[in-house]
Amino acid sequence: MATVTLAKAVTMGLRAAMEADPKVLVMGEDVGKLGGVFRVTDGLQKDFGEDRVIDTPLAESGIIGTAIGLALRGYRPVCEIQFDGFVYPAFDQIVSQLAKMRARALGKVSLPVVVRIPVGGGIGAVEHHSESNEAYFAHTAGLRVVACSNPVDAYFMTQQAIASDDPVILYEPKRRYWEKADLDESLTLEQAAPLHSARVLRSGTDATVIAYGPMVKTAMEAATAAAEEGKELEVIDLRSLSPLDTGTLEASARKTGRVVVVHEAPGFLGMGSELAARITETCFFSLEAPVLRVTGFDTPYPPSRLEEEYLPDLDRLLDAVDRSLAY
Amino acid sequence: MTDSALGTRHIPTQGSEPELVQLLTPEGQRVEHPTYSLQISDDELRGLYRDLVLVRRVDAEATALQRQGELGIWASLLGQEAAQVGSGRAMAEDDYAFPTYREHGVAWCRGIDPLNLLGLFRGVNHGGWDPDEKNFHLYTIVIGAQTLHATGYAMGMQKDGAESAVIAYFGDGATSQGDVNEAFIYASVFNAPVVFFCQNNQWAISEPIEKQTRIPLYQRAMGFGFPGVRVDGNDVLAVLAVTRAALQKAREGSGPTLIEAYTYRMGAHTTSDDPTRYRLTHELESWKLKDPIERVKAYLVRTGKADQAYFDALEREADGLAAHVRRGCLEMPDPDPLSIFDHVYAERHPLLEEEREQFAAYLETFDAVDAHDAGDR
Repeated sequence: MATVTLAKAVTMGLRAAMEADPKVLVMGEDVGKLGGVFRVTDGLQKDFGEDRVIDTPLAESGIIGTAIGLALRGYRPVCEIQFDGFVYPAFDQIVSQLAKMRARALGKVSLPVVVRIPVGGGIGAVEHHSESNEAYFAHTAGLRVVACSNPVDAYFMTQQAIASDDPVILYEPKRRYWEKADLDESLTLEQAAPLHSARVLRSGTDATVIAYGPMVKTAMEAATAAAEEGKELEVIDLRSLSPLDTGTLEASARKTGRVVVVHEAPGFLGMGSELAARITETCFFSLEAPVLRVTGFDTPYPPSRLEEEYLPDLDRLLDAVDRSLAY
Repeated sequence: MTDSALGTRHIPTQGSEPELVQLLTPEGQRVEHPTYSLQISDDELRGLYRDLVLVRRVDAEATALQRQGELGIWASLLGQEAAQVGSGRAMAEDDYAFPTYREHGVAWCRGIDPLNLLGLFRGVNHGGWDPDEKNFHLYTIVIGAQTLHATGYAMGMQKDGAESAVIAYFGDGATSQGDVNEAFIYASVFNAPVVFFCQNNQWAISEPIEKQTRIPLYQRAMGFGFPGVRVDGNDVLAVLAVTRAALQKAREGSGPTLIEAYTYRMGAHTTSDDPTRYRLTHELESWKLKDPIERVKAYLVRTGKADQAYFDALEREADGLAAHVRRGCLEMPDPDPLSIFDHVYAERHPLLEEEREQFAAYLETFDAVDAHDAGDR
């Protein structure tokens, strides 16, 4: 058992996967000598060599495009996109090639490529370094999209994503990189929760809060605050954005009858939209209130001096819970 | 220091004849080139001619099938047969090709049944052949995207220590794409065993080459740090020699090469296109004089390497192939509606399973109606 940060847990997950399978490669900008701008790949090139931990030219489409070629050759590349806002130059390769090639080939090729993306705001960064673009990829057939929220999940989900024969977008909550937890490395992948399962983090009866990635911590803090006022919130860490663990979500919605979804991404056509529609379709007669969304605004991500206003926080979340309870 | 040491090159002005590697003139005269030589047996020569004729015949049949409503669209390779056959035949078995959507001649050389290509253009699949069976990747429609896949694949070969190379196909229009330029950079920096084979057919749909570049395309390679060469793309012998040399260089660990096969798209971009809106007939007429097949025939006839019986037999073979393509196309079944859900993911996906189940149940309601109607009759 060791106490590790989320960033370190990803490193450990990468290392375990690389030790288990010589076909696993790590590639991206500055991932080698520097160990990545967040040091997530720290020490990997030293131990596994430049052949397996590849400092790529500064071209994101090239990272994903060559990763596809490497995967076709039998490798399992793990690509690092340095910041969320830098994934767009690779958008075509991800959406038109990585996601669709298996169907195009009628299943005759697999593309076990992982795209790691540090996501979200809250670190006082300049433009393009604080975005939440998960909806684009969750909307794309052929991709799997997951988001970790804590070190233990980061460790296992990294390895599970690499083990998947499908392409996986793995979101890492960058403002939680330095959060710590105890990690028992003796646990095996089989003992970990399945990659595409949601988790009920806190059981409650009055309302359900669904969060993922960086917002999970906020949701848990809100539940603590609500409890002080006598309201018992059930908090679900979604973990898998595509596919959804609908069973866990629907069971909770039926139990509490009230659901609030929270995410940093803009609300319009975000994950909250799909979750609200889905829960309304399947749990209509169990609901006491419409599914509410607490999200970033439908604006470009603001300058960092305004990000605390932009990002959903404990108070905005509790305000939505109150509105739900008022129905 | 001289100009040439500084890398200064003569840049042909507009209208001047391009400098290119040629081993067989448009008139069918065999010529030598100081750098690229080719030893070729009469059998091999007749084999190349056969490829050219058969590939053109398949293309003509597919165009006819489109006109008759059997294909949604067809991208003709008319005029580019030598570029494709010459480069396709230069490949070794373990080499790997990443094509665009027009590489029917390369597909032929790799042993892909033309019916596999027609499936895509008929709309029964998006390709669907097993790329690893013939080391011929699926057609890529997004312009230039496959050059990065080719480069990555070559990087993988390099890691495996394989003595093979990759050939990436693309056109003159694609050279403006970011992906192609990124592929050049990755290939150069990692010294990947990949040959970039650009068929400059002078037109990107309606845009002439002048809209893509101010310098001859092969000269772009210099800026990326590897050699570029322009070859007469309508000369199957020169293309074969130049591509063989580039592939061998790649296999030996000497990195990428850009080959610009200077050719001409004699047909429309696709069957949906109308070239009369943007180019003059006399241009086409001038390129007809440089036809890739006629020059080989002239050479074979003049040197007595093939007789009339050979040409007659080849024509019968082409007729047979065309009949195979036609019959196979007409007999191609529409896919099962529920196959939409197949092969999207390698592993289980609950949403697709749910949608499949719901759609199947919905379709069954029609079966019930049909059964009811049948009972009425």
